[in-house]
Amino acid sequence: MILLALDWAFILQKLILIAVVVSASLIIAMYSTYAERKVAAVMQDRRGPNRAGPFGILQPLADGMKLFFKEEIIPNSSNKFLFILGPCLAMLTAMMTSAVIPWGDKLEIFGTTVSLQIADINIGILFVFGVVSLGVYGIMIGGWASNNKFSLLAALRGASQVISYELAMGIALISLLMMTGSLSMKTIVEQQINDKYHLWNVVYQPLAFLIFFVCSMAECNRAPFDLPEAESELNMGFHQEYSSMKLGFYLFSEYINMFISSAVMATLFFGGYDMPFVNEAALSPNVAALVGIVALMGKIFFFIFVFMWIRWTLPRFRYDQLMNLGWKGLIPLALANMVATGAFILYFNK
Amino acid sequence: MQALTNRVKDVDRRPMTFGEKIYLPAVLKGMSITFSHMFRKKPTINFPEQTRQFSPVFRGLHVLNRDEEGRERCTACGLCAVACPAEAITMEAAERKVGEENLYREEKYAARYEINMLRCIFCGLCEEACPKDAIYLSETFTPSNYNRKGLIYDKEDLLIPNPLTEKADLAKAKGL
Repeated sequence: MILLALDWAFILQKLILIAVVVSASLIIAMYSTYAERKVAAVMQDRRGPNRAGPFGILQPLADGMKLFFKEEIIPNSSNKFLFILGPCLAMLTAMMTSAVIPWGDKLEIFGTTVSLQIADINIGILFVFGVVSLGVYGIMIGGWASNNKFSLLAALRGASQVISYELAMGIALISLLMMTGSLSMKTIVEQQINDKYHLWNVVYQPLAFLIFFVCSMAECNRAPFDLPEAESELNMGFHQEYSSMKLGFYLFSEYINMFISSAVMATLFFGGYDMPFVNEAALSPNVAALVGIVALMGKIFFFIFVFMWIRWTLPRFRYDQLMNLGWKGLIPLALANMVATGAFILYFNK
Repeated sequence: MQALTNRVKDVDRRPMTFGEKIYLPAVLKGMSITFSHMFRKKPTINFPEQTRQFSPVFRGLHVLNRDEEGRERCTACGLCAVACPAEAITMEAAERKVGEENLYREEKYAARYEINMLRCIFCGLCEEACPKDAIYLSETFTPSNYNRKGLIYDKEDLLIPNPLTEKADLAKAKGL
């Protein structure tokens, strides 16, 4: 008698995919730290890390080793359980979003078709939003559990910033969703590939993309919206009391978030795994899938570079400027964009 | 009020125009500036591999000179110690014994000669004060050290290699 009729091959396939995606995003996040230092250096006419290995390639490993060997300090007055939970949550939520991103089309291995997406759920974008808004708990719990005024202040700033910018982000996305009529990431990518004029969503929704981009910068706590961290005024903000690998987790989750939000942007607005000027249907499926992965990674790396570029260009926003921009600037703009898109669709599709 | 320099810029306190309020033009301008800096020549020198060219009048680490027969020129007259504004030089004089003529040029020599490199300001006054051409400032700088003791250089650290017995070392020290 079979109690559980599970497709073990399917589960194995998904497990392998999860392992690959998780380790890939960890490695990319690791080398984002290196890239960030190099980008910062070249933009400031410096050389950046170049001592560990050729061109400083081993620098992330050295940094990681250092963090592991640092003394672990948990403040006496902190809430120990929550203090440890904070970085765990930050890391967990950072990793979870990668589940719904289509990393490529299908691979055919030994006669079975392997979809390069961990879960093609039909509410993909909602899932991303849900997980991203959970991300603020990592900051909030970490800041609160530290029992330190600076940390708490920073965490509160972070929470209010994320909540404010999530609104504009969501509304900007609604106008995109009205066009695509689907919440599934895979469907959105396929629609962009099969578009009449073969144009990506960014052409139809440039304003939505702009708002989304600004908001995702705020969601990732990246400069110019790095108020929760604010190393110059809040002494590293919510990770002030953290040391060793717990601090490493916080810093790391920021880079994973950056990677994932670049992936989301590339997927929603820049055709996902669609390589421009290449007709994927003409290639054999495996080659097409690989080309797709390369295309998506190229787009992601470009966005990561832009994130860094902006960070090393702009100074931090003042808190009132941040809130002004969010509530008085981006949200009305997103609403207007939504209404305009709605009117447009209604007029032309009648 | 009269301006002190010709670089005065009045602060524009007018409210921001729409173009300024949307930040984007200014942001893009800033980004183009940082982007252009990516291709600039970097002023940094990769230090241990490359070194910066010193000027010909550079005053570096001291050397105690020998004459062409390999004898120490210093007679421990103390003029360098007197001239030294940082009081970095300490010496003890001793009398040359019979049979030491190949070691010391004059009847009196420095038994102990120390320069504290932590005090030294590399002004070169010792070099100027020396009547015997015994002390010179070379073209290298003092290597760093883990403790202060290592930075008090004694005669062994300062004396140049003997031109008769240590030719190879001398050539190396001269960078030949």
